Amino acid sequence: MYVIVVGGGRVGYYLVKALLDEGHEVVMVEMDARVCEAVCDELGSVCFHGDGCEVATLTEVGTDRADMLVAVTGDDEDNLVACQVAKHRFNVPRTIARIGNPQNEVLFKKLGVDVTVSGTSVILEHIEEEVPTHPLIHLMAIEDSGLEVVEIKIPPEAATVGKSVRELSLPRDSKLALFIRKKGKNRVPTLNTIIRAEDRVIALTTPEAEEELRVALRGE
Amino acid sequence: MKIVIMGCGRVGSRLAGMLTDDGHSVTILDTDAHSFQRFLPGFKGTALVGNGTDEEALKRAGIEEADVFFALTGGDNRNIMAAQIAKHIFNVPRVICRIKDPLRQELYSTLGLETFTPTTLFAQMLKEKLEG
Repeated sequence: MYVIVVGGGRVGYYLVKALLDEGHEVVMVEMDARVCEAVCDELGSVCFHGDGCEVATLTEVGTDRADMLVAVTGDDEDNLVACQVAKHRFNVPRTIARIGNPQNEVLFKKLGVDVTVSGTSVILEHIEEEVPTHPLIHLMAIEDSGLEVVEIKIPPEAATVGKSVRELSLPRDSKLALFIRKKGKNRVPTLNTIIRAEDRVIALTTPEAEEELRVALRGE
Repeated sequence: MKIVIMGCGRVGSRLAGMLTDDGHSVTILDTDAHSFQRFLPGFKGTALVGNGTDEEALKRAGIEEADVFFALTGGDNRNIMAAQIAKHIFNVPRVICRIKDPLRQELYSTLGLETFTPTTLFAQMLKEKLEG
């Protein structure tokens, strides 16, 4: 694949390195000449000095034949424009933008950016996981499906402990995938599976139904 | 009319003054409070510190009731992003965006944004001046 990476910061650097290791053809576009030189010294001549939001620069690096453009500068607005120029001017099939403000995800998707990656959200999710009292953890979003994978912890005092899955009124859009047990075997739940204290339930749900699912599982 | 302006530089501050003088209700946003020193005495609009690419800041500036939004900071990409938020998230009826790079301006005007580029306008003006 031919991949263009806009932005030569730490994210850009390690991304280019990883993509090169996987055998892809990669060009990095970076505005700062000194950063560019440092990258070329380390990774070979993979860095082009220029503004990745500018049509002239993107023409020069052959964006019209790129399979993917990934914009990972530290500024959301620059990443947005780089992706939009790539998409609308050069018809790049896939554009990926790094975002700092998680709110921008909706906007970017609306404006044609195929994938957004929010460093802030990722860190927040990891913090959520580390906070044991947090009742619902977002494990991942399944792209373009409106579905997400979540983990819900069953506290010992939950009203549902001892009940079977059949007795729960789960929201329609949700599916229980796995019970991770503190003691005993992890199991793929059936309607007869009994909920035990401190089970970790992995479920497939939608952002709209997750609240209802949490309430149903914990009997709140 | 209710007007929100992002960027209180020389152009933004002057425009804000002119529009309030005409009786419009103007709120101007800038990330730097020092830029509000540019107002001429007697400015009657509202000045707010905030980033126009942030939805919360735009809401505070009253973007939801605005009839017009101007994006006039020195950064093309910031203007482009803010203008698209105003247009696509808040459905502001009229959004006007300054883009200095003529090529970028061309692209975004084909994408339906109302844009103008001071670069081309000024060059054209100078040329006409020379030709008398």
